[in-house]
Amino acid sequence: MRVRFWGTRGSIPVALTAADIRDRLARALVAAEGRRFASYGEAYEFAAGQLPFAVSHTFGGHTSCVELETGSEEYFVCDMGSGARAFGEHVLARQAGRPATVNVFMSHVHWDHIMGFPFFGPAYVRGTRIRIHGCHGILERAFRLQQSPPCFPVSFDHLGATIEFIQIPPGRATEVSGLSVTPQLQRHSGDSYGLRFEIGGRSIVYSTDSEHKLEDRAQTEAIVGFFRAADLVIFDAMYSLAEAISVKEDWGHSSNVVGVELCQLARVKHLVLFHHEPANSDAAIETALRDAQRLEELTRGKQALRVSAAHDGLEIEL
Amino acid sequence: MALAHRSYGTTRVVSPRGRLDHDNCDAFQHDLADHLDACARQGAALVLDMSGLEYVSSAGLRCLMIAARQAAARQGRVVAAAPQPVVAEILQISRFNLVLPVYSTTREALAAVSPDALDAFDRG
Repeated sequence: MRVRFWGTRGSIPVALTAADIRDRLARALVAAEGRRFASYGEAYEFAAGQLPFAVSHTFGGHTSCVELETGSEEYFVCDMGSGARAFGEHVLARQAGRPATVNVFMSHVHWDHIMGFPFFGPAYVRGTRIRIHGCHGILERAFRLQQSPPCFPVSFDHLGATIEFIQIPPGRATEVSGLSVTPQLQRHSGDSYGLRFEIGGRSIVYSTDSEHKLEDRAQTEAIVGFFRAADLVIFDAMYSLAEAISVKEDWGHSSNVVGVELCQLARVKHLVLFHHEPANSDAAIETALRDAQRLEELTRGKQALRVSAAHDGLEIEL
Repeated sequence: MALAHRSYGTTRVVSPRGRLDHDNCDAFQHDLADHLDACARQGAALVLDMSGLEYVSSAGLRCLMIAARQAAARQGRVVAAAPQPVVAEILQISRFNLVLPVYSTTREALAAVSPDALDAFDRG
C-alpha cells in the first residue's frame, strides 16, 4: 500500500518564484562550501541527500489530490485539485495506451478540490472509466458547472471517458473494487466528508477541509472514533491554533496543534499535515511541522505519534 | 480545577492549577467568569498566574481567548504570567503569545497592567 501526494496546498495552487529559485541556488552554493562535483550525478546526490529540505525541496504546489496505490489494476484517488493534472499524466504513462479505471473519492466540491478535473488527461481518452464517489447530492452538477461556458472551452459532455457519479452514504462502509471507504461528516462550509479507507489490514484517513472545536465533546468523540488507531491520518492543518480559534474561526479549517491532539486521543500511528495555507512559505510550513513534532514530544502518552508534513511528490509506504 | 486568587490594588491575580483541557475547560470558564465580572466592575485587569498550570490543551487555550475577548468588550484586559516551561512552549507553538500578552513573572505582568498593583505586590 502506497500513498502518493500529487497536490497538498489549500485553496489555490502556488509556485516558487524566480526569486525563490535564486535564493535556493545561493543557499545551496553556500552549503556546498566550495566543493567540486565531477558529474551531474554527484551534484544531484549532494542536493538530494545533504541539503536541508527547505533548500532542496518545496512543499508545492498543487491543490488537494492524493492517490492510494493498493496494488490493484484500478486507480484510487482523493479529490481532483490541480494535482490531478500530474496524476493524470502518471496514469496515462503507466497505462501505455490501455484504458484505465479511476475511482475518485470527493471530500467536497469546493473549487480547489475539483479544479484539476478539466486537465485530467484520462478524462479525454475513450474507454477510460471514471467513477466519482461522494456524499454530496450536487457532485455531478459541480463538475459540469466548471466545464460550462464561459468558464472552460471543453464541455463536460465532450469528454471521451465514461464518467459515473456515485453517491455514497456517510457513517457506513462502502466497498469499491476491494477498497472499503467510510465517510464522516465534517464541519466546513457546505459540509465536507472525511474518508476512512481500509484494505489489507491498513487504515488511512483523509480528513481535509474540516474545522474541529474540541470543546464540542460530541464532535470530538465522533472524530476520535473515526480516526481510531489509523495507520495514517492526512489532516487539514492550514492555520496556527491561535488563528483557527480567533480571526479565522468558522473558516472551516484546522491547525497542527489540533491534529496532534486528535491523533493522540485516537492512538493514530502517523499524522500528515496537509492543505497548507497558500500564504505560507516553505519555511513557515517547516516551522509548523517542527512545532507539531515538539508538541507531540511534550504531550506524548504511551504511544509515540509520527508527524510529517505533506509535499507534492511525497510517497508513504504502509 | 482549583482557582485561587489574590488582589493587588484593584488587579486580580487568578491562579489555575493542574491541567486545563477539554475535560475541565467548561468549569474553568464558568469559574473565571466571576473574576472577570469583578475586574470589569472595577475597571481593572486580570492576571492569570500560570505557574501552577502543568498543561493546557487547545480547548483550554480557547477558554483563555474567550476570557480575553470578554474582558476587552468591557474595556478590561487579561494577561498571562509565569507559565511553566511546557506551558510556555505550548503557548508559543500555538501562537497564543499573539493573542494574549505573556510575561515571565507575575511581577512583570502587574507592572505592565497597573503601577498601583505593582506597588501593592512589592509591599507584600
